Amino acid sequence: MSTSLLLLLIVVIGFIAYFAGRARSLAQSGGKLSNLHSLPGYHGSYVAIWAMLPAALVLGTWLIAAPIYIDGSTRAALPDTVQSQGGAAVQLALGQVKSVAGGLLRLSGEELSALENGSANLRSTLASKGVALAGEGEPYMVTVAQHFNAMTVANRWLMTAAVLLVAIAGGIYAIRNVATRFRARNQVERVILGSLIVASSIAILTTVGIVASMLSEAGRFFTMVSPFEFFFGTVWDPRFAAAGSGGASGQFGLLPLLAGTLYIAFVAMLFAVPIGLFAAIYMAEYANPRLRSTAKPLLEVLAGIPTIVYGFFALVTVGPFLRDISAQLNGLATGNYQNFIQAQSVVTAGIVMGIMLIPFVSSLSDDIITQVPRALRDGSLGLGATRSETVKKVILPAALPGIVGALLLTASRAVGETMIVVLAAGVAARMQINPFEPMTTVTVKIVNQLTGDLEFTSPQTLVAFALGITLFVITLGLNIYALYIVRKYREQYE
Amino acid sequence: MTDIASPTVRISARPASAKRDIGIKRRYAAERRFRAYGIAAISIGLFFLALLLWTVISNGYTAFQQTTITLPIEFTEKVIDPKGERTTDGKVLMTANYPLLVREALVKQLGIDASKRPLVKQATDMVSASSRTLLRDLVVADPSIIGKTVPVTLLAEANIDSAYKGQIDLKVEESKRKVKDQQVTWMNQLAEAGVLKKSFNTGIFTFGASSRPEAAGVGVAALGSFYMMLIVLVLSLPIGVAASIYLEEFAPKNRLTDLIEVNINNLAAVPSIVYGLLGLAVFINFAGMPRSAAVVGGFVLTLMTLPTIIIATRAALKAVPPSIRSAALGLGASKMQTIFHHVLPLAMPGILTGTIIGLAHALGETAPLLLIGMVAFVVDYPGSPMEPSTALPVQIYMWANEAERAFVERTSGAIIILLIFLVIMNLGAILLRRRFERRW
Repeated sequence: MSTSLLLLLIVVIGFIAYFAGRARSLAQSGGKLSNLHSLPGYHGSYVAIWAMLPAALVLGTWLIAAPIYIDGSTRAALPDTVQSQGGAAVQLALGQVKSVAGGLLRLSGEELSALENGSANLRSTLASKGVALAGEGEPYMVTVAQHFNAMTVANRWLMTAAVLLVAIAGGIYAIRNVATRFRARNQVERVILGSLIVASSIAILTTVGIVASMLSEAGRFFTMVSPFEFFFGTVWDPRFAAAGSGGASGQFGLLPLLAGTLYIAFVAMLFAVPIGLFAAIYMAEYANPRLRSTAKPLLEVLAGIPTIVYGFFALVTVGPFLRDISAQLNGLATGNYQNFIQAQSVVTAGIVMGIMLIPFVSSLSDDIITQVPRALRDGSLGLGATRSETVKKVILPAALPGIVGALLLTASRAVGETMIVVLAAGVAARMQINPFEPMTTVTVKIVNQLTGDLEFTSPQTLVAFALGITLFVITLGLNIYALYIVRKYREQYE
Repeated sequence: MTDIASPTVRISARPASAKRDIGIKRRYAAERRFRAYGIAAISIGLFFLALLLWTVISNGYTAFQQTTITLPIEFTEKVIDPKGERTTDGKVLMTANYPLLVREALVKQLGIDASKRPLVKQATDMVSASSRTLLRDLVVADPSIIGKTVPVTLLAEANIDSAYKGQIDLKVEESKRKVKDQQVTWMNQLAEAGVLKKSFNTGIFTFGASSRPEAAGVGVAALGSFYMMLIVLVLSLPIGVAASIYLEEFAPKNRLTDLIEVNINNLAAVPSIVYGLLGLAVFINFAGMPRSAAVVGGFVLTLMTLPTIIIATRAALKAVPPSIRSAALGLGASKMQTIFHHVLPLAMPGILTGTIIGLAHALGETAPLLLIGMVAFVVDYPGSPMEPSTALPVQIYMWANEAERAFVERTSGAIIILLIFLVIMNLGAILLRRRFERRW
């Protein structure tokens, strides 16, 4: 019986259990609901939970444990000659046995017996059934594959039997508990609370998953390339993962990527911060409600546009525009119509990313500026300061910690941004200070190293995880510090 | 402006106050400058928004039209099945020389001398190479068509399409452009005969990936995105709501819940590409799920969307006044009943708004999907989330990397489709908020 059918059966049993429990509690109440401690629905749910939850748990464990056991047993059934060749050979043989096993199921009786007594070629017989073998099959594989098939079938029956048994036993146990004074609601609510806790622990699990997966993969990378070389190397030249090259052939220097990342983020912030901040000040302090209620959502549309669209915008509009305008300027100045801004460059990526960041800066700062107490503002205006003086001398200093926090949050976004830089910044990892030349970033290189055919043993692929953990640590640091500042600031004025 | 300027005039008119110069003129000038900066900042932001949208729309609206050529194709048996084996050998119909049919029809239509090879080649280049599969599918679906002459609408080749839409500058020297003068003459000739015309491009909505712009569409990618959104919705809404209920209503105030809280805020700000790395390492490498499958993409986007939904849900739960809770508890409801029967329904509009915004964000996300192998050339509709598929923004990314002019148009068209989806979702969220939002 297939797993999905089994799941369906469990649900059906659960439904039956629900109605059975409900009916029983109604019967016990003797027609007066007030005799019951819990409503009939809770009794029904209680029985249904007992019927479904243990069965589902058994099913889940079985699905994880059984393949491990079957693999182990099949491995043990392989002949000693294979066993003695070590892990990789056993793994290979196991894979072949499994595909043979899949093929055997499609054979007719005569073909099977021909295979068993060795008169037919394994590979060609299976190939005629559409099962391709990686190598020439060995005779022992047929017996092991049959063993494997027998175990799979037995496993499936055992699993079905066990799960159904547990479901029915659970249901019967629970239905016997149903009584007028039985606290079914409390039991059901305890299960619900448990599931709420499980749901909220997923957030923790995600973080643990991120850190653990990246650390383990990055750890494998650092066994091939020394951390010192990675963190302080000034050359990024990973080469290709050539077959047979074995170890680290390229150079994996983080610094050029980090320089590009920070440079582009800096240009983006240089563009976004003044515009965003002034927009926020104007909207918080000057704008009438009508302007505010149209301009603010419109600016926030910029935050809702997917970054791939910004990348495209950089690619077809901003990049070519900067290239052409620089050629014109150069031509006017020197007579040589040669562009000095490349289409893919630090400024292109920086400006487009800056546009994306404007709404982040403006709405975060807007929130913080409006949180400054009215009394501060009124006091300053009452003393005769103009509005701009109030903003500059009173509101901004009061809001400064919060704004710094907002800017740090924005910066962490700029550092982690991917699609814009993939399309607009270029792929050349260089350390230079000319903003009109292309540079590349950590995120671009993660994408570059991980698209295409992958082999998870080469440093060329694993370096992406080392880059990822670096990125994660940088943004995490920025976020934690920013959230700390913003939180502290909020408490100050609450 | 006048009300600011007038006191300045008055002050300078009185000589007595000139002694105590508090720099009012300078200060008001600074005030005006400051205001101007603010207006300029907002205008710059809005200008870039307009420029962005204009770029996309002006490049992309033409993608919704496609030039087609309707030719009477003669399905001659001699070409399709010269040996008369189609009833016995199924491969005959699949591998027949269909382009020849197109060529013959075109030669006839244009009246070219069939022996002039380069001329004939130029003519056949005007029709998309996808015609081959189109004719094949026609014949395979209905073999009785063989021997008849049927008018078939074929896609024009991308460059002809661009030329007919007026996007190719025909004043450029002939050798420097992809459309030859002869082809332009033919194009105009066909257009006058009513054979070649522009029509609404349904292909961009239904086709899959293709290396030929005229046969490329977002249909397959949109289905992949749809699968992922479904998975995200089904997983992240219940989990997110459950987690926020626990954190907001039940969790004791201690170190652990504090940690979870900080954690969720941080997860919301983790770069999306990191989620891609997580998906690659955990779902594909460790759990052995298939690469390029929508199900993995759905899981990754779920993890990414969860913090957004949790934060929105907690805010919505917080906004329900405590008096509701007290009233329910006072009438004898259990805490669980209070929350599920009273608080949650009242918080629902806020929760759904947050969910839609999270979904819209997930729909436009590209970077994590690149890492889990969804940068795939997928031609056929994926039958299930387990099959290789691609997503709308990834399709846009792949097209953006193509050099051809016609792909810029397609990319913009795809972006317009994506933006329309996003606008619909966000409008839904706004309407929901307007319709159901309550001020307590």
